[in-house]
Amino acid sequence: MNIMTNPTALDVDRIRRDFPILAQTVRGKKLVFLDSAASAQKPRAVIDAMAVAMETQYANVHRGLHWMSERTTEAYEATRDAVTELMNASDRSEVVFVRNSTEAINLLAHSYGRGVLKRGQAVLISGMEHHSNIVPWQLLRDAHGIELRVAPITDAGELDMTAFESLLEDGKVGLVAITHMSNVLGSVTPAERIVSIAHAYGAKVMFDGSQAIVHRKVDVRALDCDFYCWTGHKLYGPTGIGVLWGKRDLLERMPPFLGGGDMISSVTYEQSTWAAVPHKFEAGTPAILEGIGLKAAIGYVRAIGYDIMEAHEASLVEHALSRLAGMDGIRVLGNAQQRGGVISFIVDKAHAHDVATLLDRQGIAVRAGHHCAEPLMHRFNLDSTARASFGIYTTHAEVDALVDGLVRVGEFFQ
Amino acid sequence: MTQADYFADFRDLYQEVILDHGRRPRHARRLESFDRSARGDNPMCGDRIQIWVKMSGEKIGSVGFEARGCAISVASADLLAETVQGQNKEDAKALFEAFCTLARTGTCPSCKRELMKPMKLLAPLSGVHEFPSRVKCATLAWHALIAALDGSKEVSSE
Repeated sequence: MNIMTNPTALDVDRIRRDFPILAQTVRGKKLVFLDSAASAQKPRAVIDAMAVAMETQYANVHRGLHWMSERTTEAYEATRDAVTELMNASDRSEVVFVRNSTEAINLLAHSYGRGVLKRGQAVLISGMEHHSNIVPWQLLRDAHGIELRVAPITDAGELDMTAFESLLEDGKVGLVAITHMSNVLGSVTPAERIVSIAHAYGAKVMFDGSQAIVHRKVDVRALDCDFYCWTGHKLYGPTGIGVLWGKRDLLERMPPFLGGGDMISSVTYEQSTWAAVPHKFEAGTPAILEGIGLKAAIGYVRAIGYDIMEAHEASLVEHALSRLAGMDGIRVLGNAQQRGGVISFIVDKAHAHDVATLLDRQGIAVRAGHHCAEPLMHRFNLDSTARASFGIYTTHAEVDALVDGLVRVGEFFQ
Repeated sequence: MTQADYFADFRDLYQEVILDHGRRPRHARRLESFDRSARGDNPMCGDRIQIWVKMSGEKIGSVGFEARGCAISVASADLLAETVQGQNKEDAKALFEAFCTLARTGTCPSCKRELMKPMKLLAPLSGVHEFPSRVKCATLAWHALIAALDGSKEVSSE
């Protein structure tokens, strides 16, 4: 095995001790978890925050007049402050809690798409979107007469900026909805340029930051984007809680998404009026415990620091790319200049599912398939790839284990 | 360490028969003339198969297929083509039921005596029962065959 000294300031051994699950064995082998882009593992801080809330301080939020409800509301709402700081938002009322990025984009497609965009306008996405940033816009297109445009990507897996701009030139695009980092290629899109070009043509911009916020600092005021969504479970937090951030004046112009309790100001049988943002978009009892867990996850990530996480992942990606490049019969998909800790690859002699199963036999967890991005697969004339993705707890030795595992797979399918 | 030992942890699912049929399928071709055809899709993983059936009277004369998928799904389609040749529709359906049980559980205690011979051919695929996400890879071709025999054009293994 190729032993490398860790060139970053991150003490990975210490980090790994924070994640109890990493001590598990799988099929009698040490777990090598390289599927964090699908969902990341949880640190003790998150597990404990949720357990402690259930054991000591839990009731429904925003409605009880009793001590437990008030304390729980404070704990839950403190997460909104943590998100506000994390994203450098100007105001906590701009942070809408949703279940995940999929729900955030559906909310936007419904409330901004139907409530603000006009028939004949267009939504512009890119050629490397997750299905969650394609299908809601197709539903909007079919129900509301909104055109759906797709900005192509290059063979390197980068957004074709010339084509992107030309798709905006007729001024019909009302909203650009685009990934900040591809879940398949790892490519990071040039967010500042996207925003400045889109704004010049009068279009608003939403970033799907599901992957990006795990790997880099997101400052929505510096980006000057209009909406930004992400999901908690990829940022070492619980499932069932995500964020849609939006500029306040835009959120205020949008009609509600789901109706019910918690989102109203008053209700009569004749009509109802809505609560102020963000509560207008938060119908029903929210994911209280998950919200409390998310605050712990944000605290955990911020204590480590994005600079250090980014440097660690960049070092892992560089190591993985250089080792994979030296292997016969393995091809990495895309080679964007700016990329995060996600690498998709093809093994010439074996289908991606067989690769994933045979790696799993060796205790190595990767994802295989179309990664909920079928149009992107078709762009590269593929049906599926295997994908290794990294987190703060990933080690260089695990990358080496992947390479050794792939050598065995290659030998087996010779 | 012998070669067999070196890959011991792979063999429970990928027996030599499967590797062989996955790599060099004998029946992976579009039939020039056929009576029935259907497409099978596994939307979760993107596997796809088109199957063609040429009848010989009441019996299945020959089966050809084009598959896009993993070694398990290609090998299963190829073994299917070998196994169902000469069977009538009812035989093929009984075998389909028995094979699905084998794929899900690893055994087929209720398999009738007359199924023993074809089931022996299919037995190398029984290892999938330990891999729940791969069972559909093995059964996709069978779903497509039954759809073709029943006159459907498409089937999903979901």
